[in-house]
Amino acid sequence: MNEYYDVLVVGAGPAGLAAAQAATSHGARVGLIDAQATAGGQVWRHDVRHAAPSLARRSIGGALTHSRVDWLARTQVVAVETGSLFVEDPRRGSRLDYGALVLATGARELLLPFPGWTLPGVTGAGGLQALAKQGWPLAGRRVLIAGSGPLLLAAAATAKRHGATVLGIYEQAGADAVRRFAGSLWRWPAKAIQAALLRGQLAGVPYRCGSVVRRALGDSTLRTVELEGPHGIEQVPCDQLAIGYGLLPNVELAQLLGCELRWEGAHPQVSTDIWQQTNIDTVYAAGEVCGIGGRDSARVEGAIAGHAAAGARSAAMALQPRRRHARAFAEALRTRFALDARVYALATPDTLICRCEDVALSDMDGYTDTRSAKLATRCGMGACQGRICGAALAELGRFSGGGQRPPLFPARLSTLGDTDFFPLATIEE
Amino acid sequence: MKTYDLIVVGAGIVGAACADYASAEGLRVAIVEPGPVGGGATAAAMGHLVAMDDDPAELALSRYSLELWESLSNLPQAEFSRCGTLWVASNERELASIPAKRARLAAAGVETEAIDSDTLYRLEPALAPGLAGGMRVPGEAVVYPPAVARHLVDRAVERGARMYSRRVAHIEYGGVRLDDDTRLQGPALIATGCALAQLLPTLPLRARKGHLVITDRHPGLVHHQLLELGYADSAHGDADSSVAFNVQPRPTGQILIGSSREFGSSTPEVSLPMVRRMLARSFRFLPALRQLDALRIWTGFRPVSPDGRPYLGRVPHEHQLWVAAGHEGLGITTSLGSARLVVDQLLGRATAIDASPYDPARVVA
Repeated sequence: MNEYYDVLVVGAGPAGLAAAQAATSHGARVGLIDAQATAGGQVWRHDVRHAAPSLARRSIGGALTHSRVDWLARTQVVAVETGSLFVEDPRRGSRLDYGALVLATGARELLLPFPGWTLPGVTGAGGLQALAKQGWPLAGRRVLIAGSGPLLLAAAATAKRHGATVLGIYEQAGADAVRRFAGSLWRWPAKAIQAALLRGQLAGVPYRCGSVVRRALGDSTLRTVELEGPHGIEQVPCDQLAIGYGLLPNVELAQLLGCELRWEGAHPQVSTDIWQQTNIDTVYAAGEVCGIGGRDSARVEGAIAGHAAAGARSAAMALQPRRRHARAFAEALRTRFALDARVYALATPDTLICRCEDVALSDMDGYTDTRSAKLATRCGMGACQGRICGAALAELGRFSGGGQRPPLFPARLSTLGDTDFFPLATIEE
Repeated sequence: MKTYDLIVVGAGIVGAACADYASAEGLRVAIVEPGPVGGGATAAAMGHLVAMDDDPAELALSRYSLELWESLSNLPQAEFSRCGTLWVASNERELASIPAKRARLAAAGVETEAIDSDTLYRLEPALAPGLAGGMRVPGEAVVYPPAVARHLVDRAVERGARMYSRRVAHIEYGGVRLDDDTRLQGPALIATGCALAQLLPTLPLRARKGHLVITDRHPGLVHHQLLELGYADSAHGDADSSVAFNVQPRPTGQILIGSSREFGSSTPEVSLPMVRRMLARSFRFLPALRQLDALRIWTGFRPVSPDGRPYLGRVPHEHQLWVAAGHEGLGITTSLGSARLVVDQLLGRATAIDASPYDPARVVA
C-alpha cells in the first residue's frame, strides 16, 4: 500500500493533533500516524478506567474525525527516503509519500541508573502512569514517587486515582528552587490551575524536596527504597517505585532524516525556525522534540507547524506570541529542576547500565569512544537500541549517542523482506 | 624516531593477529590504528569460522587457521560457539555435488557428514519443506570478532607492543610517517583491509559491500550456521551484486542474517532494496524468519583481490614492506594463519603451508 498525503504527521500527542487539525483547516489531506492504538500521546494517554480531560477529548475528536485526516494507529516508522516514510502496522508494511512532514514525536523519560533500578516494581514515573492507564492493578499498592519535575505530580495523581496509596513524592530539587518555580507559575495561568488541581487531588500526600533515591532494595522484587533527604537517610518499605528525572526529546526520526539538531545539556533536540521548519524544507518539527516545554507549547507549535506545512504562514504568524509565552515556561522548568550532583553518583560499578544486554557501568571503564565501548560490551545494541542507556550515559557525561540507521524501531522481517517499498526497483528472486 | 622490528598498520583482526604473533615471537612491535580496534570489516563480519573448499589455497589457509582458532576457544569474550556448519542442498543437483565437496574437505583434514533430507529436518525443523539434504561440518564455530581483535591487541601490548592511535600519512623508505609527523623506523606490514588502495595502490583491491540483519532473541529457532550450497557461487562469482542464504544463531539467541555482495557501492548506507532481496532469499529457506523483528541492520566492506586470495607476503620492489590484506569474506577465519604466514616469512622461517599462492608478486608485473 502506498499513499500520498499533503501533510504527514508523525505522533498523535498534543503537537501532532494540533498540526493535523491546523493543516486540514486549509484543505490539506493529512495522514496522522502513531505507534499507539489510541491517540493522545503520553500526556493524554487513553485511560481504561477514567474519562479523558475535555481538552484531550476535543483535540483528539477534532483531528481524528475530520474527513481529510487518515488516522493510522499502531504504525511505526521503519526507514525514510526523500519524500517518503516506510512504516509498518500489525498487518503489513507500506510507503507513505508526503508533501510536508511534521515530526511530533514527543519525548521519553530520562531514566538514570542506581542500585536496584532494574528490580521488578521499579518503573519510570511516566511509565507507571502508562501502566495504570492501561489497567495494570495499583489498588491498595504502596507507591513511592521520586525523581524530578512536575511529571511527578501527574504520576502521583494518576496512581492515586487508580487506587494506589501514594507514600510520598520525593523531588530531588531543593525546596528553594521548587518554591521559586511555584512562585513563577502565575505567568502561565493554565499551568497554575493545573498545579492547583493536582495539589487538590494529592491532598495528604507528602511532597519532600531535596530528596534522592539512593537504592531500591529487594530480592526478586522491590521491598524497600532508601532515600537521602535534607534530614538524612531513611528506608521506606513500599511495593512500587516510580522514578523519573525528566523528559528527553525523541529525535531519532529527525536524525535519520538528516535534520539539524542542537544540544540542550547532554541531549539533542530538533532545531527549527519560527515556522517550526527544520533545515530540510519539507520537514517541520513541533512540541517536545524541539525541547521539553510541556503540553501547551506542544499544542501551539503543532498548530504553527500544521499551518505552515499547509502553506498558510499568516495563520502560523498569529500564533507566535502564544508560542513564545509557552516556551518561556520550558526555560523555567529547566533551570528550577536542574539535577543535583548526587544523582550522577548513584550508580556503583556493578549497577547495570544497559538492561537489554546486561552491561554494568564498570564494563564501560577504559573506553574513550562510544564505538569501542559498544563493540566490546554491546552496550546499546539491544531492543531499545540505546534509547535508555545511551541517554543515561550521555547524562552521566560518559559518551554521546551515535547516528541513526534503519530500522528506526525493531521492524518485522516480513516488512523489510516482503513489502514492495520500491515498485520500480528490480528485485531478483 | 622510534625503531621497531615490525610496524603493523591496521588493527582489524588481521593486523591484531599479526601484532599478537610477532610480539609472541619476541619482536618489538608498533601497531598503528586511528580508529577503534576491530572497528572496520572485523566489526561488520559474521564471525563464522568456516573452511571453503572451492579454492585449494583458501582451503589450506582456512584449515591451518581453524586449528589455530582452537587456542581461543575458551576465551570468554570470543564467545566461541561450536554450532557447526550445515550446508543446505535445495535440489538433487546440489545434493549430487556433496560427495566431491566432502572428499576435498576430507583431504584437507576437515571432518564432515552427509545429511539426508530426514536428518536435515531433524537437525533444523524450521527449514522450509522440500529441501534435498545437505552436509554438516560439526567442528566449525562462530565467534564475536571485534572482541577477539581487542584481545589480540591487548595481549601484544602486554608483551611490550606500542599502540599509535594515528593514521599513516606515508610509507617511506625503511618505515612509515604518521599524520602527526612521527616517524617509525622498521619493516612495515600493511593490514588495512580496504584502505590498502590508498597506501599500496600497486596491489589491486576492490571493496565489496555486504549487509547483515540481526534479530531479537529467539533461542532454538536454528542450531547451526546455515548456508545454501549455492553460497560459493555468490561468494566467489564476479557478479555486480548477489545474495545468498547464510544464517547464524548467536549465543545470545539472536539470529544473524546474511548475506549480500555488491561492487560499486562505496557508501555505508543501508540499501533497503538489497536488504529486501537478501531477506527474500532467507525466507525461501527459513520462512519462520518472517515473524521475527530486525533490531539492527549494518553494512561492511570486504577487501577483494582480483583472484579472491589475500595478499600475504613481501611487497615486490619495495624495501622491507609487507602486506596481509584482501581476505574478502574469509578474513576472520584466516586471520590467525595469515599472521603466521607473513611473520614467519619476515623472520626467514619455513612456513607451515605453501605461501606461494598468496605472494603479492602474482599481481605485480
